[in-house]
Order: sequence, then structure tokens, then C-alpha cells
Amino acid sequence: MITIEVNGRPIPAEKGEMLLTALRRAGIKVPTLCHIDGLNATGACRMCVVEVEGQRGLTPSCAFPVADGMKVHTHSPRAVTARKTIVELLLANHPDDCLYCNRNGNCRLQYLAEELGVRQRRFAGDRTRHHIDASSPSIVRDPGKCILCGKCVRVCEEVQRVAAIDFIGRGSKTKIGTAFDEGLNVSSCVNCGQCIAVCPTGALSEQSQVKEVLDALNDPNKIVVVQHAPAVSVTLGEEFGMAPGADVIGVMTAALRRLGFDRVFDTGFTADLTIMEEGSELVHRLTNGGRLPMLTSCSPGWIKFVETQYPDFIDNLSTCKSPQQMMGAITKTYFAEREGLNPTRIYSVSIMPCTAKKFEAGRPEMGRDGLADVDAVLTTRELASLIRMAGLNLRDLPPDTADTPFGERTTAGKLFGASGGVMEAAIRTAHYLVTGRELGDLKVESVRGFDGVKEARVQVGDLNLGVAVASGLGNASRLLDQIRAGRSDLHFIEVMTCPGGCIGGGGQPIGANADAVRARMQKLYAIDADESVRVSHHNEAVQRLYAEFLGAPLGEKSHHLLHTHYAERGVVS
Amino acid sequence: MAKNDLDAVLERYPNASRDALIPILQDVQQELGYLSRDSVVRIGEHLNLPASKIYGVATFYNQFRFQPQGRNHIQVCRGTACHVKGSAAILDAVKRELRIEPGQTTRDGQFSLEVVACIGACGLAPVICVNGEFHAGVTTKTVGKIIDSYRRKGSPNDGSDHETT
Ligand code: SF4
Ligand code: SF4
Ligand code: SF4
Ligand code: FES
Repeated sequence: MITIEVNGRPIPAEKGEMLLTALRRAGIKVPTLCHIDGLNATGACRMCVVEVEGQRGLTPSCAFPVADGMKVHTHSPRAVTARKTIVELLLANHPDDCLYCNRNGNCRLQYLAEELGVRQRRFAGDRTRHHIDASSPSIVRDPGKCILCGKCVRVCEEVQRVAAIDFIGRGSKTKIGTAFDEGLNVSSCVNCGQCIAVCPTGALSEQSQVKEVLDALNDPNKIVVVQHAPAVSVTLGEEFGMAPGADVIGVMTAALRRLGFDRVFDTGFTADLTIMEEGSELVHRLTNGGRLPMLTSCSPGWIKFVETQYPDFIDNLSTCKSPQQMMGAITKTYFAEREGLNPTRIYSVSIMPCTAKKFEAGRPEMGRDGLADVDAVLTTRELASLIRMAGLNLRDLPPDTADTPFGERTTAGKLFGASGGVMEAAIRTAHYLVTGRELGDLKVESVRGFDGVKEARVQVGDLNLGVAVASGLGNASRLLDQIRAGRSDLHFIEVMTCPGGCIGGGGQPIGANADAVRARMQKLYAIDADESVRVSHHNEAVQRLYAEFLGAPLGEKSHHLLHTHYAERGVVS
Repeated sequence: MAKNDLDAVLERYPNASRDALIPILQDVQQELGYLSRDSVVRIGEHLNLPASKIYGVATFYNQFRFQPQGRNHIQVCRGTACHVKGSAAILDAVKRELRIEPGQTTRDGQFSLEVVACIGACGLAPVICVNGEFHAGVTTKTVGKIIDSYRRKGSPNDGSDHETT
């Protein structure tokens, strides 16, 4: 530990760390636009400049290491003026569209303009005209609002190893774009939305389906069915000012009813169903010499990543559809039959922590007879805006419970929301399927937590399984590289596209830091500790579904409705 | 079709790293006349670089084009002497006439446009060069006529060159 002096007061710092890190720890606010926690600084935006005595000029604190005894002034007139000028220059080439902007009220640029007291237009620049790229089913890019901070490029390349976008052109013509400056839909983009999560402005947003959903809700002929993913109830509260990790399941269910949804189902139900199918598939592969390691298939960004960059692993992917798609499929078959409804009257909506789920819902592999499994996908953020639009106050609503037959879930299904959750749920059930006995105290500590890669050896009867869990595609790709290079001790790998799993998804409330994501994760673990039914094979409603409709896991009907196959696609199409 | 040319270029750079990107791009453009989609993807595979990165780097420099050259290739000089004599306006006039940007080719394949640094004909400024023929002292008024003269040399029914890419 060393000591530095900031604004006349001593603060502790760690040798070698960047000044910004020390300032933040001490609670001193220095604004940033291009900084991403955990990635190397680029010093691109210069918003974080401070005065360091003995340095000529201003110093970007995100890229400047601390030194013992250094004297720093974070809010000297010079530093503040410099920051204000940066914002004014950015605004000179900005569309001033706040009233129409998806980030109105939640925009770093807007916030900084306010904080720094920008009250007039000092620089009138030529506004660069840009086309909005709305080609992707998941992501909309509005380069007019882009301030070229580069965060999206770095997340896409360094965290996700996708590198769908980069800086193109030079000088005043520089912009962010794909290879050949084409639509995101034909690029290698996997639709994860991690770029949206880091974008300080409204330049990136999800492809909204709020209007489609409202239209369906207003259509008296439609039965509108909604499902919500396990990671949504522990994040939605943040959109309404609650602390990260607050679980709003009851009031969220109530809000969905008030919004007019005819049935509220829990995707945790089909998470349990997925475990029955996927656990059986794993056991089948293990005992019949199937392709190993088996890779999970619930995360659609990951699926597209394998299709484009690791097509040699397509046969390793579990053939299970994701819980979202399974829910859609059984809603339009079993549920429709049971209720005597023509499936064409059912409009199936899902609330997801994810932008890639929008892409997944539209995949040609999904649905049957020209009917989609899922008709519209809303992110957690879009649900929040629907709730606000309807004037509902989450704090006032009396909690409600989900509908039968797909409202019941176990805590194993709920764990799907965190990285390692699918693995933990699968181990619990595989153990039961193989040995006929429950696994010890059920908890599989080694696959929990926030690490990018977690590995364990687990004993399931006579089988000693090597399992690995990766979240963030960069981590997953390093694991696949090891396997390509000959590593052979792994049998089952869970991959989630987003760091930390769906709780860190690209459709979640904007502005969550690592601590917030940890709090969401802890909540899921707390739910698992508190409830009594903790294994997917004891979900009674799932058992009933098998007895009345599906038959057995991996059976004929399951094969038809719940499984699919993926195929190689080019990096640019 | 030009796959073999591309292979030949890449073979000249075995085990190449990122440093070789610019020379490879130059060689490929030399061989094929432009950087095709396929070549960008293949160069990416060769260097283990994403296609977006290669496109990003290539667009940083003015010299690379991503469409084949047109039957008539127009180079507008933007060197200092031409600049002083108003080449910016000439470039605008050509762009307006053909409705393409530098680096692009008209959809009918008749014309392509390139901006070049000094072509070394400063005495003739402002200068444009079409298929290697120099046109001296060009004005925004004469640009259209010059382009028309090449258009006439083209195929008889090519009145559609206002369509753009
Ligand atoms: S990006 Fe921010 S500053 Fe720009 S229009 Fe949207 S809200 Fe306003
Ligand atoms: S959605 Fe994901 S893959 Fe697509 S550009 Fe954004 S970060 Fe990259
Ligand atoms: S799109 Fe957003 S994250 Fe990407 S460079 Fe522009 S402002 Fe930054
Ligand atoms: S945050 Fe330090 S330069 Fe952008």
C-alpha cells in the first residue's frame, strides 16, 4: 500500500494500479466515457483527466499508474473546463435527439452535459449524416449518436472474441461498422448485446418489439401468453430504483397480468424440462459413445458463435432447444390442445435478459407448420418500459403467482440465470438418472461464482465426469482452442454468451457494474437455498407433461418439438 | 475465379503476422484490381484476423478499393497544386456527375473513381486522369463533358449510369 494525495487529502493506493482505480475506491468521482472495468485503458476519450503535480498538461487517470506521494487535483478549474470542452465538442456533432432517444434519462453523454453545466451550444459543427442500421433482429445501430469511445469494439473483440465491428475510415469520416460496412445481420455478430450494455449513449439499442406486443395485447382475438426467464425477476427491480439482486417475481407476475397477458408462465419450467432432456442426452452420449464433450445449447449467441467460428464443434452441441423455444413449442401444442385453442390464435411472448433471444426466436429451425414457437421477445429493459407506460408502480402491486401448467419451476431451473446454473442443475439430475439417488446436499460449489471459467470433476455413479463452465465467449473460445489442441478430459461444458451468465445479459438494465451482477447471482443462490424443490426431476408439472403428452425424455415427441440441429455459416454471409 | 491469384499472393507470406497485412492487401489489390469479399475473408483466415479489422485497416488508407474498377477509371488529383487550383470542387463535380464516392464503381460498371495524391502534373493543375489520359485545367463546367466523351466511347445504350452502387 502506498499513499497519494488527492485534493489535499491522503488516500491509500495499490502499487501499480491506475490512478482512476484508487480514486474510485476512495469514492472520488471522476467521469469516464471510454473506460471498461477489467480491460486495458485506451485513453481515447480523455474525460477522466486530472491534474497531477509535476506533469505538464492534464493526465488521463484511467491510464496513469499511481506513484507514492503523488499529488492529484481531480476537480481543478483546468480539469473541469477540459472535461466540459470535451462534452461540448462531442455535442457539436450530435443530433440532440434526447426526447426521442431510447437512452433519454439514462445516457452518459446527457448526464455529463448536465453535470458539467453545459447550457449553450458553443461549437456548431457539421453534423455527419448516417444511416441507422436496423438490419439485425436484435441490435439497432444509430451511428449519429456514436461518440466513438470504442467500448463496443473492445467488448466485441476482447470479451467476446467476435470482432464483428471495428473503426472504419479515418479522420472526420471515422465510424464504427462491420466488415464491408454492411448490416449487422450479415456480419459475424452473435447478437449478444454486450455492446449495448457498455455503450454510453443511444447509439446502440435493442430492436424493440414493444409495439408488436402492445398490438397483440389489444387484439381481442389473440390469447397472449408470456414467459419470463429465470434471470429477469432478479434484475427488473433495478429499473425501478431497487437494489441489485432484489427479487420482484410476485409483483412482476402481477404487473404482467395487469398489462393484459392472458397467461403468465415461468421459463424456469422449461429450464427443468431442458434438464430432463439434456441430462438424458448426456447420459445417452456417455453410454453410447456419442460425441463428447457435450456443449450446452441454451444461449443463442453461443450457438451462432459455434456456427461461424467453431463449426467443427456443431455436433458437440446438445440438440436441445433452449428453454425459451421449448416453452414456445409446448405452448402452441400441448397447451393449445389442452385449452381447445387453435394455435394460430396464440401469441407467445417471452421476457428475456437477452437480445440474442430475438434472433433465436426467428431462426428457421424453430416452430412448425409456419407457426413460430415464440412470436416476440422483450428484454428486461423493454418490459420495464411497458410497465412504466401502463402507469404501474411495482412497489404498490399485490404479488401474484404464475399460471398452470407451465408456471411451476424448481430452484434448479431458476439457477439457469447464473453461469454454472445449467451445469449444477444437470449434475443433480444426471446423478439421479444414473444412480437412482440424489446427489449429497445438491450444492455444486465448484461451478458457482463469477470466474470466467470454472472446472470440476464430479462422480456420478461409476462415471467420473470432467465438467467445465465458461461465460463470455472469449473464455469459451479459449476452452474450445484447448480441445482443438487435443485436450480430452472434459465430458460436459456449459457456455453462456454473457459474462456471469444471463444475469449479465445484453438485455438487462443498463449501468450494472460487477458488484450488481454478483448481487443478482447471490440472489439466485439464496432462492436455491431457501426453497424445498431443488431438482428438475421433481418438478411435478414436468412429470405430468411427460405422462400426458411427451412420453419419455428423448422420445419421439420430444425429438420433434424440443430438439433441433444447427449448421455452419460463414463469418460474413 | 481469381482464387488462384489470391492463393499465390498468400503463399508469398507463409506464417505471416499482422505486420504483413498492408503489403498483402497491396499485393492482392495489384493482382485482382480490388479487395473482394472473399479475399478479405481469406486474408483474415491467413493472418488470424477478423474481417472487420481488415476492412477497418483497409479503409484507413485511401489506396484500397472494394469494388472492381469500371471500364473507365477516373483519378482526381488532390495534390497541393491541384488543391490550390480548386480540385475539391472538381472532385465534388465528378461525384455528383457519377453519383459515386471515391473507391466506388457505377452500377453499370462504366466508371470508377479514385482520389490520388499528387500525380506529378502540377503544371496542368487541376488535373484529372482517365484511363491514363491526362486532362489539364479542368473546371467544374468541363468535368461533365470530359466524362461524356468517355461515356460515348462506351457501349451504345449506357444511358443508365446515373444509377449508383
Ligand atoms: S444519445 Fe444521449 S445525448 Fe444523444 S440523443 Fe440520446 S439521450 Fe440525448
Ligand atoms: S451484439 Fe455482441 S457480437 Fe454483436 S456487435 Fe454487439 S458485442 Fe459484438
Ligand atoms: S456505438 Fe456506443 S460504445 Fe460504440 S463507439 Fe459509439 S458510443 Fe462508443
Ligand atoms: S476514461 Fe480515461 S480516457 Fe476515456
